[in-house]
Amino acid sequence: MTMMDTGLDYPELRDSIARLCADFPGSYWRELEDRSGYPTEFVAALTEAGFLGMLVPEEYGGSGLPLRAAAVVLEEINANGCVASQSHAQMYIMGTLLRHGSDAQKAKYLPGIAAGELRLQAFGITEPTTGSDTTSLKTHAERRGDTYVVNGQKVWTSRAEHSDLMLLLARTTPLSEVKKRTEGLSVFLIDIREAQGRGLDIRPIDAMINHNATEVFFDNLEIPADSLVGEEGQGFRYILSGMNAERILVATEAVGDGRWCLKRAVEYANERVVFGKSIGSNQGVQFPLARAHVELESADLLCRKAAALFEAGEDCGSEANIAKLVASEAAFHAADIAMQTHGGFSFAREYEIERKWRETRLYQIAPISTNMVLAYVGQHVLGLGRSY
Amino acid sequence: MKALVPVKRVIDYNVKPRVKADGSGVDLSNVKMSMNPFDEIAVEEAIRLKEAGKVEEIIAVSVGPAKAQETLRTALAMGADSAILVETDEEVEPLAVAKILKAVAAEVEPGLVILGKQAIDDDSNQTGQMLAALMDLPQGTFASKVEVDGDSVSVTREVDGGLETVKLSLPAIVTTDLRLNEPRYASLPNIMKAKKKPLETKTPADYGVDITPRLKTTNVSEPPVRQAGVKVADVDELVAKLKAMGVA
Repeated sequence: MTMMDTGLDYPELRDSIARLCADFPGSYWRELEDRSGYPTEFVAALTEAGFLGMLVPEEYGGSGLPLRAAAVVLEEINANGCVASQSHAQMYIMGTLLRHGSDAQKAKYLPGIAAGELRLQAFGITEPTTGSDTTSLKTHAERRGDTYVVNGQKVWTSRAEHSDLMLLLARTTPLSEVKKRTEGLSVFLIDIREAQGRGLDIRPIDAMINHNATEVFFDNLEIPADSLVGEEGQGFRYILSGMNAERILVATEAVGDGRWCLKRAVEYANERVVFGKSIGSNQGVQFPLARAHVELESADLLCRKAAALFEAGEDCGSEANIAKLVASEAAFHAADIAMQTHGGFSFAREYEIERKWRETRLYQIAPISTNMVLAYVGQHVLGLGRSY
Repeated sequence: MKALVPVKRVIDYNVKPRVKADGSGVDLSNVKMSMNPFDEIAVEEAIRLKEAGKVEEIIAVSVGPAKAQETLRTALAMGADSAILVETDEEVEPLAVAKILKAVAAEVEPGLVILGKQAIDDDSNQTGQMLAALMDLPQGTFASKVEVDGDSVSVTREVDGGLETVKLSLPAIVTTDLRLNEPRYASLPNIMKAKKKPLETKTPADYGVDITPRLKTTNVSEPPVRQAGVKVADVDELVAKLKAMGVA
């Protein structure tokens, strides 16, 4: 039996994050969005307070806390109106390095990552023609003596302009030469600072939300052979092991966004008086808000269950997926009903509702789309036929 | 010297309190609770005095339910060195708290007791003053500035007409006002360390204090709903309305 806390867990972390976030009001995030800026000051505050290194083991200078603690931190960041997505990757991308990197790589990079001096928050997987069918990716790395030469293109690589290191998934053995599609892919740790201008080119994408997304181009980029993480050809397996953690964290983060939206909507519904009474006392306004709360509570429980299984070292593939799906919809429903409740005022940017509405829409698409979750559940949980 | 910092667990300042249907008090079930903001300022001030080398050790103390441990852990995570919880589920009035604090102080022997001027739940604004009287120590209340110099402390007080500075000989009691400082938030490493700092649990009986209430709350009610204002077209109409209402 896996133990799961059903109350307001990690209250001390929640308190500290709430205090930290109070220094970064909506106007800060709005102004950043105006110039597609990166929340450098906010990330610095999180780093200084030790939160971004919380999953790094203590022997490497982190706090070695459970995944759920990190999830709570991300939830609270969003629940307090700030934006977790621009810094969350610094917490978990290092997991691949931690689980599969060599001792030398871990000793070289993890202390810097734990301290926040070294930013590892970019992960190149998705390509213009390769999304959920990851094994079809075209970017390849060819071994030449003491180096690998990388060619190809990645897209939707978030924060690459604000990261020192980048994990890259590239094909090292052509698809035609492997027995299984999942073989022949490898993970590399690239030092962006050294690679830029020497075959690595990063271009920002002007997008609906300010997640600092980029396109990354590799043109005969030479990287040292010891950039390889783990064994050559085993990269896909390494990536999969990190995905459950990512889904659990992002799902909990979505719950935080939903909580913020609902809180704002409830406040407004109580304050706004039309026809002589608060609009929230009308069932037409009240019930969708109540339903949003019900959905968020369900999502919260699923997130906790997935995190508890993850911590216990048990298989949590379906739970992480299910939590992500439910949380992504709960968050967007909350944002949508916050918009409806605020009426015309939701379109005024200073209310922050329209920004959260745009931001919460993403969860149904990334880091895994709803259909891929349903395909997983259909095939692996229910035993139905494979559709792809 | 040691600083003793009493902290109270109260309804979070962001929460809109709801009165119980029977009018017996504020409904605290499933409500976020936090450290009283004025006490947080007191903890911060004690830490700053420690950082400045004026205080060697900070002891946080709380009188309240078992859950007040969380509040004490917050104080420890901010930088207090140890904590004492005087546990009781009963409602404790300022005089009883002051008596307990006096007994705690007799053991701890602090050079400075620094606490919030009032708690935001009952707004009593009595504990610090009662403690000073019971202990027969000088008091500097509503502090907006605290400067320890040798065996005395200068306290700048926010009074109606402006600022007043009093110099007290130590040991002394200081109560904090809002503008004294801006409390820090606990960093993650300090939150982790706080879990290992000593937290002692006692009861009012351990200190021989009778906490039986001397006051009886007869009724708690919500403030009246604010009525909509009146719009006027110009100054003349405004003046006419004020005259009609008898206020001008």
